[in-house]
Amino acid sequence: MNPLAKIGRMALGVLEETGRIALFARDALLQGLTPRYYFSQIALQFFRIGYTSLPVVALTAFFTGGALALQIYLGSSRFNAESLVASIVALGITRELGPVLAGLMVSGRVGAAIAAELGTMRVTEQIDALVTLSTNPQKYLVGPRLLAAVISLPLLVAVGDTIGIFGGYIVGTRTLGFNEYAYLKNTADFLEASDVTSGLIKAAVFGFIIALMGCYHGFHSKGGAQGVGRATTNAVVSSAILILAANFLLTSLLFGD
Amino acid sequence: MTPHIVLKDVHKSFGPKHVLRGLSVAVNKGRSLVVIGGSGTGKSVMLKCILGIIRPDSGEISVGGQSAIGLRGRDRDAFLSRFGMLFQGAALFDSLSVWENVAFGLTHGSKLGRALPRAKAKDIAMDKLAQVGLTPDVGALYPAELSGGMQKRVGLARAIAADPEIIFFDEPTTGLDPIMADVINNLIVDCVKRLGATTISITHDMASARKIADDIAMIHKGQIIWQGEANKVNMSGNPYVDQFIHGRAEGPIQMDVLKA
Repeated sequence: MNPLAKIGRMALGVLEETGRIALFARDALLQGLTPRYYFSQIALQFFRIGYTSLPVVALTAFFTGGALALQIYLGSSRFNAESLVASIVALGITRELGPVLAGLMVSGRVGAAIAAELGTMRVTEQIDALVTLSTNPQKYLVGPRLLAAVISLPLLVAVGDTIGIFGGYIVGTRTLGFNEYAYLKNTADFLEASDVTSGLIKAAVFGFIIALMGCYHGFHSKGGAQGVGRATTNAVVSSAILILAANFLLTSLLFGD
Repeated sequence: MTPHIVLKDVHKSFGPKHVLRGLSVAVNKGRSLVVIGGSGTGKSVMLKCILGIIRPDSGEISVGGQSAIGLRGRDRDAFLSRFGMLFQGAALFDSLSVWENVAFGLTHGSKLGRALPRAKAKDIAMDKLAQVGLTPDVGALYPAELSGGMQKRVGLARAIAADPEIIFFDEPTTGLDPIMADVINNLIVDCVKRLGATTISITHDMASARKIADDIAMIHKGQIIWQGEANKVNMSGNPYVDQFIHGRAEGPIQMDVLKA
């Protein structure tokens, strides 16, 4: 085949997909987040997306905080700046690693689960069945997941931030020999509210991306078990890439002045 | 008498695939139309076009004199509340118990104006389960615990739960043994009579078609090529219909099997 035609077709394919996702997002916002609300579904999704993700996010944050403390200590000791460890751990966790790692972990857990569940419902015609029972699938399936993810992610990240800083504190005071009082004082003195809130804003955006990609790929899966598998993979890969891209954009928006 | 459901010159393509090519069909109120035809001829697409799940490229669809195309919001809810549908794989919600499945349209949808309280909806669901020959203890089970035939019965109970005026049956007997298939056929005939509903069924099972049809229409390459009363199907004089109802490989309909 003509290589130029191939490139052209790929470019058109990407644009087509982008357009479809944009239209899906519009429907999700206009239909999914407007009445009528299915409260039991919303509660269920808060439980699945938020509560059951806690252990994963907590463990990720704890070990990352610990590793960060070690690395920063090694680096800063080369020019006698060890006292920076506490504040840089806190900054690194709240601004970048907390939201990004939580987003990536949750996209693997929750994004995949959403795509697999909705994909199976699509190929077994359960989504069409909803329509014939006068229930808008956007309101019943997409809305609750979007809402739960957008609100849960910042809460998860807030917990993760705390545990990440605690991980740094454990390593700092137990193996690096920092004074406990001094470590905590350094953390508190140099951390500003905006460091935390910017991370929470990022988390909300990441939550939206995870739920949207999971729902989009689930809704558009076709062709049985293989199609559902592909939808799950696509949901995780696309949300991971979008999270990293959005993180870059948000960082330059929130911190670049 | 004006027909209850009318499709006029409906076209639908998916990419390069032209599925419906000027499909026209009409069903009178209270009649049971069975659409027969091979796989991939556009039968399911036709039903989904009427329900608005798929939007046709061109053509007219009207139900009870009201156009069915491009409905939104409340109009669409009101429109859909007139329908019930039994899906090919039953399409039961596997996270809900059997009675919750049957009651779904009553407790969640906007049928009957507003949602019914759960207790009331459960009573109706149990009553509908009894109508399809299932005992009350089945109501507490989950769809994964049921056999294919029982799932179809639950699907039928769910389709008739809100007493719709129009019911669609998508291959109601596919995947069932001949005896269970006949049980389902009988249930369909009973339920439809009791409700006086207008129905469209699609199938390639001729035994089922003869049993539940008042009228039969044959679809081929996205068009209705023959329509008539069910008892006339043997004397259609149409070579396509003859080939299909006798299940012959030779004839005017050529299957796209691997040709070198």
